[in-house]
Amino acid sequence: MSVPAPLLAAGDSDPGLWSEFWSYLTTADNWTGDRGIAALLVAHVQISVVAVLLAAAVAIVPAVLLGHTRRGAFLAVSVVNIGRALPSFAIIALVLPVSLEWGLGLGFWPTCVALVLLAVPPMFTNAYTGVRDVDPGTVEAAVGMGMTPTRVVTRVEVPNASPLIITGVRVSAVQVVATATLGALVGFSCLGSLIVEGFAQQNDGKLLTGAFLVAVLSLVTEAFFSLVQRLATPWLRAPRRRARPARSDPPAVALDA
Amino acid sequence: MQSQQTVGGADGPVGADAATPAVPATATQPTAGPAEAAIRLVAVTKAFPQATSPAVDRLSLEVGRGELTALVGPSGCGKSTTLKMINRLIEPTSGTIEVGGVEVRDQPRHELRRQIGYVIQQIGLFPHRTVADNIATVPRLLGWRKATIRARTAELAGQVGLDRDLLDRYPSALSGGQQQRVGVARALAADPPVLLMDEPYSAVDPIVRAHLQDDLARLQQELHKTIVLVTHDVDEAIKLGDRIALLNVGGHLEQFGTPAEVLRAPANEFVERFLGRERGLKRMALITVAEVPLGGGPMVQADAAPAEAEAAMAAEGVDWVGVLAGDELLGWADGADLAGAARVGDAPRTPFRAFVRPGTTIREALDNIVNSRTRVAVVLDDDDRYLGMLTVDHLAEALE
Repeated sequence: MSVPAPLLAAGDSDPGLWSEFWSYLTTADNWTGDRGIAALLVAHVQISVVAVLLAAAVAIVPAVLLGHTRRGAFLAVSVVNIGRALPSFAIIALVLPVSLEWGLGLGFWPTCVALVLLAVPPMFTNAYTGVRDVDPGTVEAAVGMGMTPTRVVTRVEVPNASPLIITGVRVSAVQVVATATLGALVGFSCLGSLIVEGFAQQNDGKLLTGAFLVAVLSLVTEAFFSLVQRLATPWLRAPRRRARPARSDPPAVALDA
Repeated sequence: MQSQQTVGGADGPVGADAATPAVPATATQPTAGPAEAAIRLVAVTKAFPQATSPAVDRLSLEVGRGELTALVGPSGCGKSTTLKMINRLIEPTSGTIEVGGVEVRDQPRHELRRQIGYVIQQIGLFPHRTVADNIATVPRLLGWRKATIRARTAELAGQVGLDRDLLDRYPSALSGGQQQRVGVARALAADPPVLLMDEPYSAVDPIVRAHLQDDLARLQQELHKTIVLVTHDVDEAIKLGDRIALLNVGGHLEQFGTPAEVLRAPANEFVERFLGRERGLKRMALITVAEVPLGGGPMVQADAAPAEAEAAMAAEGVDWVGVLAGDELLGWADGADLAGAARVGDAPRTPFRAFVRPGTTIREALDNIVNSRTRVAVVLDDDDRYLGMLTVDHLAEALE
């Protein structure tokens, strides 16, 4: 994550660093209050959830519809490439003046916009690819049996694309959780604040606590979505008749962390 | 549901009206024209935008109720396009298509399709649904009650030869043949009077294919659906079709008739070429021994004198004689061995190794003939009583 490498390296040789971290993390007073760890953690989770939900709303529906028509491959590739090319911190910096102008202030909204832009490409690409690549025979059968287009999308294409769609959300969410840390640089109070303040105050314990919690939160996010994917796709775990080329895992275009 | 009760008439065995000609059609008597049409295409044309010539050009065709009509032809002959115009997966450029007397364009596509079973080569099972849920697709679309659906699903599993234990599995756990059975069960779920099958068996291996074809023939004897089957395999068309429509590139109907009619008198060179080299053999596969007048053969009773055997051999122009005890066939004796015997039964005998039954095809009988030393196929009834024998001449006569 965002821990400066020299500090970690120093940690190996300096037992003090480890105990500073541990004592900061386990001191109850550090967890309470407006700027306590608990409040920062909640804010961090909040902005991540809002960003992921907004990005999902923006990305998934158009991607599914585009995938349904099996057109727009160029758009899908462009979106993901642009998304990869834009550095999140630059976006925050760019959005900041706009946000101030519109009266949305520092902190939350500039960070959130950057996170949404970060989260859209993996979701869009995976949802698009997932729906487009649903077996054409399956879709033809669905249409041929008299499903309306809406039903074909909701009952056949989306369920069959769901492993990829959920993977897209998972990749996005983990990136969002990790990147939300940067919000601290524009006045958004989150786990990143512990790192920024720890650095400024030369409080290694605080800094490491922030870094540790961001890492933990990312892993929890990853685990959560893996579980969701598992529960949502029981047919992929069912016994198979014979080994086939593994297709249950995301194909080439899909993004994985 | 709309005014589709009309199509519902072809449902059960009872509904399969008397107008339906006896199936399978045989080589000997030319059958009458198609039964009352369940599907009628009139001057149907499909021109795809990019193509220079139409995929289907003014095709008219009537599919008899309760019959299996096979559309067969080389790739590019528009057979699949024609099939897909019936359930409006493809819209014709011009012409009309009626299913059960109702113009297909007069009803919403999805409602039309719910009344037409559809089976495709890729099978297209829903991977995310269990076998039972796959089969229940159309009943659910039609809003059937859960208990009814469950009962229907179990019934269908039995009809298509699917182990009920498989109903709770996902399609990926099934073999190709089992999946195709599920595909057929799914298409039949809401008991549609019409079934469209688009190269249903070309993705499975030949052994499984033969099984599935037999299953379909058996099922059709029970259900009497109006079936349109698209295939590029002329043997499949001959085996399964009550009628076959041979299409040439551009959707030109070259010939339409029972397999026996088409094989006996191909309308033109295209049909002849498409039917392939072994046209005679293919015809023979459609004729059973029961339809051929049998020869008596050089047969004598075991207690007869050798002189009687000599006379029988001379009459048939052979050097062996069949030995009977009443209706029971004991075997055959070589003419040269008869000399010292007091009775025919005392001469050394060889048993016949292979027999045919009245239900056997004459193609199989031919196989018997060429493989036997005596150059005859011995015909026994189901109780092993001797009925007569066939020679190549008999078979050739049957094909006249």
